[in-house]
Amino acid sequence: MKTKNQLAIAPWIFTIGFFVLWELACRVFNISSFILPAPSTILFAVWEYRTQLTYHAFHTLWMTLAGFGLAVVFGLLLGMVLGSSRLINAGSYPLLVGFNSIPKVAVVPILVFWFGVGWVPPVLTAFLISFFPIVVNVATGIATVEPEMEDVLRALGASKKDIVFKVGVPRAMPYFFGSLKVAITLAYVGSVIGEQNASNVGIGNLLTRASAAFEVPLVWASLLVLAVLGVIMYAITAYAERSMTGWAQRSQMAA
Amino acid sequence: MPVFVDIHNVTHVYARAEDGVPAVENLTIRINEGEFAAIVGPSGCGKSTLMKLATGLQFPREGTVIVDGKEVGAPVKLAGMAFQNPTMLPWRTTLDNILLPLEIVEPHRSRLRRHKAEYVAKAESLLEQVGLKGQGQKFPWQLSGGMQQRASLCRALIHEPKLLMLDEPFGALDSFTREELWCVMRDLHAAQKVTIILVTHDLREAAFLADRIFCMSARPGRIVAEREVTFPRPRDLEITYTPEFSELVHELRGRIAQARKAA
Repeated sequence: MKTKNQLAIAPWIFTIGFFVLWELACRVFNISSFILPAPSTILFAVWEYRTQLTYHAFHTLWMTLAGFGLAVVFGLLLGMVLGSSRLINAGSYPLLVGFNSIPKVAVVPILVFWFGVGWVPPVLTAFLISFFPIVVNVATGIATVEPEMEDVLRALGASKKDIVFKVGVPRAMPYFFGSLKVAITLAYVGSVIGEQNASNVGIGNLLTRASAAFEVPLVWASLLVLAVLGVIMYAITAYAERSMTGWAQRSQMAA
Repeated sequence: MPVFVDIHNVTHVYARAEDGVPAVENLTIRINEGEFAAIVGPSGCGKSTLMKLATGLQFPREGTVIVDGKEVGAPVKLAGMAFQNPTMLPWRTTLDNILLPLEIVEPHRSRLRRHKAEYVAKAESLLEQVGLKGQGQKFPWQLSGGMQQRASLCRALIHEPKLLMLDEPFGALDSFTREELWCVMRDLHAAQKVTIILVTHDLREAAFLADRIFCMSARPGRIVAEREVTFPRPRDLEITYTPEFSELVHELRGRIAQARKAA
């Protein structure tokens, strides 16, 4: 099928096209590599610093995943509680929204007071920044169970717990997986912020040191590595979404 | 025949009703065991409230509700329900949707895992009765609206309820499918000996299916008229074209018009 192939190669064409344009712009306008290095310069820097980048990227990866894992567990549990109790939902929403509005970079110093410099602040920052969308989505999925469905089950003597686990949670899964795609990219932002301010390892830490030393190509190389890792993790969550909730993706709208 | 559902002098106001007007007022209705009762009335007359009262989803502010000899103080657990919206769960196959009540209601709940095959066979025989033979492995969204509604009837019947509540179950279907499902319903009632309360806007539907038809007034709802339907069973769809049938529907229509005017 022609359109299917086109869809499959479109991401590659767009991405390569973007970098080609960037490269051309740098050469045509003769932009200094201190302001904006060309992609070729950045790729060269990636190769040059490959051992450092791999080492730090590995740390960023596991800290992000640890924070993300905490966010998934906590987000699911809190979302289930908020989705099944209107009282708790109404009561805690202002608190949650208020907390989510605080820039997490401002929380990092507090984490350092509590836990010192190390792996804990980046993991916790990743967690704190990424749990909110999961909570909101899971709660929405559970709270919007059709009243008729609830009546059918309640008339049979189903408890609140039965309804949440048999209908609410499966129903919330498409929302949950949708939120994971948002949460995984946020978790990267969180762990990098944490590393920049409170860690000796990780891409964030590397970034801080590279920019202090004006090693501009290394800064850009770090950003590129982060972006690539982010895309890979996003693709994995998107794949998980498709395989777990195929029943929810039968719309012909986007075809 | 003994009385199965006995709603006596019930007044009910929803906690969320802003104007405080009762949904039903001094509602009294008696339905016999094994009877097919139809409730008709203008929209918003509290027909759905009646269903919720009879199944124990709501408790009356005043009056008593007795089902199967016991005063209702909790969901009755012996009822099956079907609504205009088939509310099938899209992540379960049709068969698993039909088995859902068994995961809730005792004694099936604790038996289900060990006696799965027996229950599956039962679900499949129900599917066959409603004309969905062999469709159990399909997902509900692969079925048409009428087929989903048939499956929803199977789900309402799988645990052999003594009381079946139907809230405008055929309201969203085209008229051919609707008439087909009337016959399905007629045959299920004949085979299962279950007490059925059918809430409907469709007077022909009520006249074709029911043993007795109750007309409700506009809100606050009360029973304003009661009419025996004496057509012999089993009924054929052809009776809906007889003069007697038209006369009955016409009479019911007059009653509803009166009830609307009174409001």
